[in-house]
Amino acid sequence: MPRKARDMRRRLVTPEGVDLGVVIGDTGQRIGAFLLDMLVMLGILIAMTFLSAYAFTNTAAGGEMVGIIWLLGFFVIRNFYFIAMELRPRAATLGKRWMGLRVVARDGGRLTADAVVARNLMREIETFLPLSMLISGLFAGTVDALTGWLGFIWTGVFLFFPFLNKDRLRVGDLLAGTWVIRTTRDKLDRDLTTMPMAAGFTFSAAQLDAYGVYELETLEGVLRRTDAKSRLTVAQAIIDKIGWSSDVTDIDGFLTAYYTQLRGSLEKRLLLGKRRADKHDVGV
Amino acid sequence: MSQDSTSFRAEREGDWQRLEAMLKRIEGRSPRALSDDDLLDLPLLYRSTMSSLSVARATVLDRALIDYLEALSLRAYLAIYGASGGFGRRIARFFLTDWPAAMRALWVETLVAIAVLAAGTAAGFLLVQAEPEWFGSIVGSDMAGGRGPYASAETLKSILYTSGKDQEGLKFFATYLLTHNTQVSLACFALGFAFGVPTLMLVFYNGAALGAMLQIYAAKGLAVPMAGWLSIHGTTELFAIALAAGAGLHIGTRIAFPGGRTRLAAAAKAGRTAGTAMIGVIIMLAVAGLLEGIGRQTINTDWMRFSIGGGMLLFWLTYYYGPRFRHAA
Repeated sequence: MPRKARDMRRRLVTPEGVDLGVVIGDTGQRIGAFLLDMLVMLGILIAMTFLSAYAFTNTAAGGEMVGIIWLLGFFVIRNFYFIAMELRPRAATLGKRWMGLRVVARDGGRLTADAVVARNLMREIETFLPLSMLISGLFAGTVDALTGWLGFIWTGVFLFFPFLNKDRLRVGDLLAGTWVIRTTRDKLDRDLTTMPMAAGFTFSAAQLDAYGVYELETLEGVLRRTDAKSRLTVAQAIIDKIGWSSDVTDIDGFLTAYYTQLRGSLEKRLLLGKRRADKHDVGV
Repeated sequence: MSQDSTSFRAEREGDWQRLEAMLKRIEGRSPRALSDDDLLDLPLLYRSTMSSLSVARATVLDRALIDYLEALSLRAYLAIYGASGGFGRRIARFFLTDWPAAMRALWVETLVAIAVLAAGTAAGFLLVQAEPEWFGSIVGSDMAGGRGPYASAETLKSILYTSGKDQEGLKFFATYLLTHNTQVSLACFALGFAFGVPTLMLVFYNGAALGAMLQIYAAKGLAVPMAGWLSIHGTTELFAIALAAGAGLHIGTRIAFPGGRTRLAAAAKAGRTAGTAMIGVIIMLAVAGLLEGIGRQTINTDWMRFSIGGGMLLFWLTYYYGPRFRHAA
């Protein structure tokens, strides 16, 4: 999975010259966010219908008022829900927020109102049009059904546009100069090297030379996330590789000590400008 | 052994957490949620976090730490550089320069759209004149609202002038027309992406419906009252439809013929101009809706309707193409 995330990484260089490396939201997240937004819009519509029905049920022109409110409400929600939500500071609809996504300008600049409007008005041909074509293809009589299917094939190009480019751009994104990125809000995890150190594990320079940065980060992942069983496997692999002779009973203590000392040794080299990428990297 | 990277983190962790707490407040509401002290410290904390990230990438091999700093820096960057700036100033800028400038940039496309709309209207008028049966297939029963080539002059007239009592269902009909026409404008814009062809077809078709409607009134000698009924909001609305179609055509032609830019860059530039124009179009349509909802119900004399409609058209034309406002910054 980390390898996949790297593929979706794009450059975003701040004015300070730091590349922040944004990660493009994947198709699953985008579809999920869209479906969630559809549900939200449907929910608002239903709530509005009931409220207006309740409010006007006893007045003379009640039926007409409910009709008008429904018509206007449907219209406003269909066209302005996405725009209004994305103009807010988080630049995300509720669905996007729940899926951990937000909209940003592709050039890294400010997300302007015209961009938000352009990208969302395009939904008209990207989703609503293909869907209505699909519905008439499925349910209408023969001639209309044929038109519906042909129309769906044509407008389907817009619907499936995000699957066809590597940046997952919708037609609206293309026009507005935006893309949808992942927002991660990781908590800062503890520093593994500050853990209490078990005594008796001191490794020689040769033993610390067995691995590089890639293995160090893998070991970090093992220590942070996995269960006792896979730790045991990893510890066994390390013991074999470095030829550790004495018995190891405290698996976690051994791994933490090896991690701490390996990181220290690799970071020291890093300060001298030598980054050892992985165990196959023997330098020049 | 790894004293360096551990103390690096310990020394700066407090700053990162303070920045994180500030970002949480900014994202929840706005930069105004911060106290003055925090607001002054925000850029400093942002820069020091950026520098922490650079240092960490070069010297620290703790993946969790680097991931955290990348996420935090991105959030801070978007909160600071992505923020929309002064809301009031942006609004002022939009009305004083951006909106008319976007409309001016679209003038060729707008003229094309107006020509196609006029051609559609003429076609609809002539078709129904030659063969009244065409009315049903051009206009459709939803839009007609009981009007047709065989309706009596009285029925036709009753829709033009409100007499207080018999307007059951008329408000609903008016709302339906408003949302329908607005939806047409937005579709005109969006369809422009398919190289503009469907936009022109849609404009032509709606022109035809307008022409057909005009013809059945003209046939009963009600051309002038009908034009008055239409013009009170119609000048604004039809102009808005033409501008939306112009914005759509702008996108379509810029994608088909990107000129010196790459297609992607040309699309993004055209999209922003068209996006600004569409904000304007939406405002125009809202104005048209107000004129229709309030004006048409209360104003029942032809010359008043014509002067309001004409005045609105004059206003839009002056605003877009007339002498420009000077606006600093």
